[in-house]
Amino acid sequence: MAQTALENTALPKGMKGLASDWASDQRTFKDVPWGKAMMWIFLLSDTFIFSIFLLSYMTVRMSTNIPWPNASEVFALEIAGHHIPLILIAIMTFILITSSGTMAMAVKFGYERNRKATAILLVVTAIFGASFVGMQAFEWTKLISEGVRPWGNPFGAPQFGSTFFMITGFHGTHVSIGVIFLFIVARKVWRGDYDDDNDRRGYFTSRKGKYEIVEIMGLYWHFVDLVWVFIFAFFYLW
Amino acid sequence: MAQADAHAEGQQHPIGIYFQIWGLLFVLSAFSYLVDYLQIQGYLRWTLILIFMMLKAGLIVAVFMHMVWERLAIVYAVLMPPLAVMVFVAIMAIESDYTAVTRVIFFDGG
Repeated sequence: MAQTALENTALPKGMKGLASDWASDQRTFKDVPWGKAMMWIFLLSDTFIFSIFLLSYMTVRMSTNIPWPNASEVFALEIAGHHIPLILIAIMTFILITSSGTMAMAVKFGYERNRKATAILLVVTAIFGASFVGMQAFEWTKLISEGVRPWGNPFGAPQFGSTFFMITGFHGTHVSIGVIFLFIVARKVWRGDYDDDNDRRGYFTSRKGKYEIVEIMGLYWHFVDLVWVFIFAFFYLW
Repeated sequence: MAQADAHAEGQQHPIGIYFQIWGLLFVLSAFSYLVDYLQIQGYLRWTLILIFMMLKAGLIVAVFMHMVWERLAIVYAVLMPPLAVMVFVAIMAIESDYTAVTRVIFFDGG
């Protein structure tokens, strides 16, 4: 808080700041770098995509007159002779939250110019993400071998399969893309691309990267975790 | 650009807060898993799921995504549009209720 107060002494705060930021004939988002503003706008559009998916899931689940499969039982696993409901999904949830924690710390160390800690934390985040995708692949394999298809399944309403594959598939794709970019950003941090004494430029943008790229990467990664919170609540627990 | 450079280093916060939020998210996830594990059913189940979900989502957006430290201009630009989705949810809830009723009448013989 202290540093923002120091930087924005000239800018009005609160609702007055909201009005003056939007009324100013320069950039609206005063202390937000353009890359970060663009990431937020992309995430907003992604929010709508996932909202529509969950909305269509709600619509088919509410309108079917065939009983919906019991997610607690469908996603149960036998571990060491014990029948534990929904355990794989719970583990996946904890893994994704942990990866969000390491990502948040990577952002912090990035702004502190701690290159090594940032790169290590980014790689750790990517490994957690990759293990999440691995568990999802295991889950898909299990369900497919049990006969779950997008057009039907042995447990109940056929829409269960179509919404399951669509929603978790789209989320898993987001995680996979995130893992790839985490490795790319980690490599660039490790190499020192974002340091002031380095003149290396981005391949696509031809611009000099800064440590705010780690924060932008973080926004995407936290968003993936955020979407999982909603999928976990509505698809697996409801 | 000088101004942008000065502001670019804005999001630096003590590491402790990330650990606290991390811990809270762990506890909240454990609670939502317990809702299923203890087989709580009915309105209590749905209420608890929604409470834990909103708390987790709020913590992620507020602290991990730094929303509490941003200016209101971007906070409102990002958080207001999803409210339109809530209207869509209400519309589709009414619509699917209607579909369900017609299916019961015409497919299940009333």
